[in-house]
Amino acid sequence: MSLIEKTAGELIELQSSGDATAEAIADSFLASIRVQDPKVQAFLHVDEAAVREQARAVDVKRKTGQKLGALAGVPVAIKDVLCTKGVPTTCSSKMLQNFVPPYDAHVIEKLKAADAVLIGKTNMDEFAMGSSTENSAYFTTRNPWDLERIPGGSSGGSAAAVAACFAPVSLGTDTGGSIRQPASLCGIVGMKPTYGRVSRYGLIAFASSLDQVGPFTHDMYDQALMMEVIAGHDGRDSTSVDRSVPAYTKSLDIPIKPLTIGVAKEYFGGGLDSEVEASIRTALKEYEKLGATVKEVSLPHSKYAIAVYYLVATAEASSNLARYDGMHYGHRAKGKLDLISMYSRTRAEGFGQEVQRRIMLGTYALSSGYKDAYYLKALKVRRLIKNDFDQAFSECDVILGPTAPTAAFKIGEKSSDPLAMYLSDIFTISCNLAGIAGISIPCGFTKTGLPIGLQIQAPPFEEEKMLRVAKMFENATDWHTKRAKVG
Amino acid sequence: MDIDQVKKVAKLGRLDLTDAELGVMATQLSAILGYVDQLQELNTDNVEPMAHPLPVQNVFRADELRPSLPVGEVLKNAPSRLGDFFAVPAILDAADDASH
Repeated sequence: MSLIEKTAGELIELQSSGDATAEAIADSFLASIRVQDPKVQAFLHVDEAAVREQARAVDVKRKTGQKLGALAGVPVAIKDVLCTKGVPTTCSSKMLQNFVPPYDAHVIEKLKAADAVLIGKTNMDEFAMGSSTENSAYFTTRNPWDLERIPGGSSGGSAAAVAACFAPVSLGTDTGGSIRQPASLCGIVGMKPTYGRVSRYGLIAFASSLDQVGPFTHDMYDQALMMEVIAGHDGRDSTSVDRSVPAYTKSLDIPIKPLTIGVAKEYFGGGLDSEVEASIRTALKEYEKLGATVKEVSLPHSKYAIAVYYLVATAEASSNLARYDGMHYGHRAKGKLDLISMYSRTRAEGFGQEVQRRIMLGTYALSSGYKDAYYLKALKVRRLIKNDFDQAFSECDVILGPTAPTAAFKIGEKSSDPLAMYLSDIFTISCNLAGIAGISIPCGFTKTGLPIGLQIQAPPFEEEKMLRVAKMFENATDWHTKRAKVG
Repeated sequence: MDIDQVKKVAKLGRLDLTDAELGVMATQLSAILGYVDQLQELNTDNVEPMAHPLPVQNVFRADELRPSLPVGEVLKNAPSRLGDFFAVPAILDAADDASH
């Protein structure tokens, strides 16, 4: 197995035993990017010299006997929605084409302190709005398992980067499924932590009551490792929760016994592809073999989740994106214009269609005369969705089901129909609305060789339990060892 | 959503859209609003709205001086600057704009 197919945990061991240097590891991944990324197009920005410099610094630290961080010499790809000091951060938007942040996001500070090697910034749907990366202002990322298909989104570049072995791990963000759905479609692991578990400082805001940062990895050990580094309280995010971070890697291999798995009957309805359903049913049988009790639970308001989401998320987005006015940073329309015309031209030129559509929808939902019928109504149904989960978790430890209704779809298949695209997030969206934790893990392939993901959802701040439940499945199967052959 | 409503919302959202763009927007937003109308079938009379997953409250830090970002670094991203300031169009009298 070559270096690029290894997990972060394995790469750390290879360095400790003296079998690989951080520089050799960085070089392997950079070579992989150079050869294969022109086909996959996962990255917006890679600075090879800067990557080598970071790796060499880790090797020097090791040689001189200095204390090394938990991710020493591990390359990490970063979704371009996270601010990186001195490194362009575009959000895949023309609005931020020339934006170079003067500070690091909290999670970037954490990675640097852990001696990780930041290998590059990854493509995404503009301002994280989308499910396929087709809304990037620059290009569409390809699914490493089938280059004619989308990798999912919005964190499609970060998911494809790990699936194509351009980096062993990466960071994404998840507002309605933007980590879990691409993880599922790319055959890797992706987690949305509980709202408040990871600081959003330096994460360019889309919908502030829903956004969370989380890791993409090949396996559960790397998830545990990444979470130990990025989770924890940060005073710069007023919604960051001050709770201690469990030693996830230490407890990972202890199975949950007894384990009651909830299966929401609402997740097995109309739009679910039969091959995806078969894989999920097989996974549930595997858990039963491991001693788990599978129990039917009900999330009766699930069917309203997309409607609630597209009012709440767009309302918050219309407010958050008001800051792009061409005054302090980002694009500014040319020409001699009065203030209002400059705002309006700047935003018409700088934002792509989907972002404009969501600003319009959110502005409408908050506007005088419509706020009660749309925004307020959505907030009330959001409460009902949250109550459903509280009730369900009183009867089970975790809820299992599909991450996405289908495997990866073809590029262009849904790009002209916004509503059809929104519906591909049907199983992931309620998790954000309720503020709970969710993870997608690989659980099989379609007959045509496309990955399928199993979603595990857990109550707030029960990531430790969620990881252990996922690890039980990983120990019993070998899906996590599969690597895409980029065609 | 008719074209006049779409125009009004575009104005509120500060988006200078062409007539063709407004037309597409009217069709697409109407379809999405038609979909979200299913929420009206639920009785939510006694339901407390949920704006946030956490019981959010004001979070204050100690009232102590801290270094802020260096002015020069911040202004590097400015579309237009004048010394240590952001240069923006005049808001009181359009004639003043000529000096910038």
